[in-house]
Amino acid sequence: MRRKSHLLTSVVEWGTLLLSTLLVCFFLLVVIWEIASKGAPLLSWDFLFSTPSEGMTKGGILTPIIGTIILTFITALFAIPFGVACAIYLQEYAEDNWLTRTIRASIRNLSGVPSIIYGLFGLALFVQALALGTSMIAAGLTLGLLSLPYVITTTEEALMRIPNSMREAALAVGATKFETIKDVILPAAMSGILTGVVLTLSRASGETAPILFTGAAFYINGASGYLDQEFMALPYHLYMLSTQHQSIEEVRPIAYGTALVLIIVVFFLNLTAFYIRYKYRKNEH
Amino acid sequence: MSIKLSAKNLHINFGTKKVLNNVNVAFEEHQITALIGPSGCGKSTLLRSFNRMHDLSSDAKIEGSLFLDSLDLYARTVPVTEIRKRIGMVFQKANPFPKSIYDNIAYGLKINNLPHGKKEIEKALREAFLWDEVKNDLKMPATRLSGGQQQRLCIARAVALRPEVILMDEPCSALDPISTLKIEELIVHLKEKYTIVIVTHNMQQAQRIADRTVFMYLGEVKEEGITTQLFNHPAEEMTANYIRGQFG
Repeated sequence: MRRKSHLLTSVVEWGTLLLSTLLVCFFLLVVIWEIASKGAPLLSWDFLFSTPSEGMTKGGILTPIIGTIILTFITALFAIPFGVACAIYLQEYAEDNWLTRTIRASIRNLSGVPSIIYGLFGLALFVQALALGTSMIAAGLTLGLLSLPYVITTTEEALMRIPNSMREAALAVGATKFETIKDVILPAAMSGILTGVVLTLSRASGETAPILFTGAAFYINGASGYLDQEFMALPYHLYMLSTQHQSIEEVRPIAYGTALVLIIVVFFLNLTAFYIRYKYRKNEH
Repeated sequence: MSIKLSAKNLHINFGTKKVLNNVNVAFEEHQITALIGPSGCGKSTLLRSFNRMHDLSSDAKIEGSLFLDSLDLYARTVPVTEIRKRIGMVFQKANPFPKSIYDNIAYGLKINNLPHGKKEIEKALREAFLWDEVKNDLKMPATRLSGGQQQRLCIARAVALRPEVILMDEPCSALDPISTLKIEELIVHLKEKYTIVIVTHNMQQAQRIADRTVFMYLGEVKEEGITTQLFNHPAEEMTANYIRGQFG
């Protein structure tokens, strides 16, 4: 009797866990299937390399692709140097006192701030106060701000993983603190840092809210990609096609095509991060 | 014999914790001196004060003076990198850089603006009895070497800079008996050129390799002398108890 109830409990436990896992996988597959099946027919070189035409009911998505690429580039250019430098300072130079602990806690909290708040902040700071206008550069910097806490946190974690014995080894052969960091610590932490950076950028490239008020445009005719002008970007293009366009039914396939391209881009960025981590693990042993 | 390295009235505190209390000690040139004593007696702290490794910890407070020959190691005019070049160090756990065997040796030479060609690398590896085992794999990551080989690489890295003193902090504690024996042989061989101070928990090791031995207890030097003398006829009761293994 006792044994039977024991068996029953474990079957229930096992069943619940398995069911939850299957449920999660099911929804994930449905989402991917929905987007892939409806978006795949549109995928062609023509779709990727032609600009939207006839009120965006025809043509491709070249303009938002260019926008997203340049935008991600600006984000990287801003977030990586500042984020890595900040992490190096906090981890290698700053003393462990209440000030550093407060700064560190604030950075952790910043990564939890909703992205729409960053959008508003970017509007106030870059667009208005710094008079950059609604532009590629203002939106890129806003995304950079959003990415900073992630870059700092992941870099700090990568630096923390380097054992102190490495620092001592370099100092003991006469390296200065700066040389120790530059020649030994950073190269050893590089794959960890890169993984964090790539994942952060893949997240930033899919963000809509921060670019909403800072420079994303409904439609741009002709040449695009200027830093001081508005731009089109994949996530906003998708949002707009599925909610704002006057003939939503007509553009629905293009929306699915855009979603598929965006997912593929993010997927490849994530794959890159996994590859870096894999190589890192292999080199460790 | 002349004195190479010495500490005078040395007090070291970490925060409010007193770790060394009025230590006076001198190490003779071209001799191996072993620092022994129970865990926490301050022998590693003493060792690391000579190449100013405590500069890293902001709560370390150091009073007294330390000398290399007549050079005041804590004088403001002396760059710490210069001191670490002249006083090399080998750590408890082998810590090669995550670089190739070649670059592990070349790095220290490079940052000190010393020649770092193949000739210098070979010389350092030969001196650490490692050349024959790695001469065909110089580009291999150093982390693929065995524990004992890694430790000899760390010794090669230290001797490459032609230091005057080499500090060793329990260099064999993580190694098997064969590797330990090899490194002990190496250390004895190295004393022709260098002055060596070695921290060890292994009484047999101290007796096998050290010319002189210093016994420390609770942050103070309790007894020092010629190794055979100290082990066979300790002057202090406490030393006798420790080397007989009654505490530690």
